Amino acid sequence: MSGADTRHPGLNLGQTDAGGHDAAEEVVFGFWVFLMSDMVLFAILFATYATMSTHGQAGGPAPLDLVDLGSALAETLLLLGSSFTFGMASLALKYREGRTRLVAWLALTFVLGAVFVGWEVHDVHVWITQDDAPPQRSGFLSAHYLLTATHGLHVAAGLLWMAVIAVQIGWFGLIREVKLRLMRLALFWHMLDIVWIGIFTFVFLYGAVR
Amino acid sequence: MTDRPEGIPESEADRPAREFRRYVTGGVLSLALTLAAFGAVALRLVAGQGALVVLGLLALAQIVVQFRYFLHIDLQKSHRDDLQLILFTALIVGLMVGGTIWILFDQHTRM
Repeated sequence: MSGADTRHPGLNLGQTDAGGHDAAEEVVFGFWVFLMSDMVLFAILFATYATMSTHGQAGGPAPLDLVDLGSALAETLLLLGSSFTFGMASLALKYREGRTRLVAWLALTFVLGAVFVGWEVHDVHVWITQDDAPPQRSGFLSAHYLLTATHGLHVAAGLLWMAVIAVQIGWFGLIREVKLRLMRLALFWHMLDIVWIGIFTFVFLYGAVR
Repeated sequence: MTDRPEGIPESEADRPAREFRRYVTGGVLSLALTLAAFGAVALRLVAGQGALVVLGLLALAQIVVQFRYFLHIDLQKSHRDDLQLILFTALIVGLMVGGTIWILFDQHTRM
């Protein structure tokens, strides 16, 4: 990539929309600051989980008892797939004149994200009803649900945001403000997949072998 | 991704294809690292503290891949503000996570 016209994280509009490219620098950097503060929040939840999952089991279920590798792999592939399809949506936003392709990729992203959230809700149902592991049972379980549900709520919020932007695309068309909002949602969505890397690694995979 | 909008110089013509390949590269690398991590656990190739190191390195590699290919963070000069923000966040995260784990595990051994 030639460096001169790369001004902010995520896909840059560049010469396909020079005015939007100028406007993006400031708002995307501001959003990047928010994302980094969100990373600090998740990091603290990971630290709490690391402590509680070791010393806070209170004789109840251990990390291993909550691990279903197949389920964790399916969720991981769903979220990774949705991160990739959002990348395709970003390319359609940048290079395609029409809205059809953009909306199609966004719709696919939405479906993958919605199935992910549904799968997580199913996981919680199994943990509480079959594994007898409700959040109030031990410090470990409280930390476990707090970490996974905070991520799940972020994904659900991203889905709501995506639906609102889809309505705005239909209502206003691809005006500059809508483009900039989509670019920030793309960063948010990619970042949630990065947080999930930490969750599937330390909660599920390490939980299975510790 | 070959056709392009009006007003783009001919020299920029291959940019859409390049940016498309960038997402594909990121997706393929992430998928490979994910399957390696799940495979190592499913096939019982790792265990205990060693697993923490191996899985941690695979996760770190995938985080770097996704920052690079999905979020377009690299070492270019024009990106230094974003990179500095990430590195400062990493420092804060390291201090808080490392400090929390250090102090609480130390407290536990004293109880």
